[in-house]
Amino acid sequence: MTVKDVKEILKAEIICGEENLDTEVRTACGADMMSDVLAFVKDQSVLLTGLVNPQVVRTAEMMDMHCIVFVRGKVPDESVISLAKERGEIVLLKTPYRMFTACGLLFSNGLRGGCDI
Amino acid sequence: MPEKITLKYAVDGDDFTKAGLASSDLKHTLKQIGYDPGFIRRVAIAVYEGEINMVIHAGGGEITADIAPDKVEVWLADSGPGIPNVELAMREGYSTAPIDVHELGFGAGMGLPNIKKYTDDLQIDTTVGVGTTVYMLINNN
Ligand SMILES: Nc1ncnc2c1ncn2[C@@H]1O[C@H](COP(=O)(O)OP(=O)(O)O)[C@@H](O)[C@H]1O
Ligand SMILES: [Mg+2]
Repeated sequence: MTVKDVKEILKAEIICGEENLDTEVRTACGADMMSDVLAFVKDQSVLLTGLVNPQVVRTAEMMDMHCIVFVRGKVPDESVISLAKERGEIVLLKTPYRMFTACGLLFSNGLRGGCDI
Repeated sequence: MPEKITLKYAVDGDDFTKAGLASSDLKHTLKQIGYDPGFIRRVAIAVYEGEINMVIHAGGGEITADIAPDKVEVWLADSGPGIPNVELAMREGYSTAPIDVHELGFGAGMGLPNIKKYTDDLQIDTTVGVGTTVYMLINNN
């Protein structure tokens, strides 16, 4: 699916990165612990999180992720948004859904975790 | 590229929101040189976890990165409290981070294990009350 599909499935609003909605995404990761995200170097493209601090953007950047979804309608402040803009290609979305539901919706629409066990 | 490039970064220990600047710049430089994305990601994650540790546990410090075609070596040196028991610190889930660090997405005790996972060599030289130098080697193969 594309970032645009993620946006639609999650009834999300775009915070920034509109120009990159056509980016293809295959795997996602839902976490509030950034070290848990950093523990799997696989090509995860979407990060769902309840945190809104700059380290979320940094983590996505280190992982080459394309999209961050803030759950429960949370919005990061301007400094976090400008950090994402600086980094280029990252799309920031906010969804009214809570973490579990947001992950479930994406999974049932074909997105996977990307870390096989 | 020349045989070797050395980059140095001062890491501010007072501002958690800035943590990651050095890792970000290093990653950017590696990208410009044209390294393999998987290799860059390993370097970026390991150095980022190390940089975060410097900020949350040691009040900042200095990062030196030696970039060569076949490897990247990084030294993260701080004058923080040191690590009394390195073996314990290396365990998954062991953390002395204050609880407010959790709000920032860190402090789960996974940083050093992550660094170990992504590096080809990891050496922690530490003295309680003096500071810590974390050395990491990532081979480009
Ligand atoms: N640079 C450092 N200076 C002092 N103590 C450190 C440093 N890096 C790591 N530590 C110690 O090692 C522990 C484990 O580190 P880590 O695995 O990164 O987990 P976390 O950072 O989540 O606590 C830390 O909680 C801290 O006690
Ligand atoms: Mg850590």
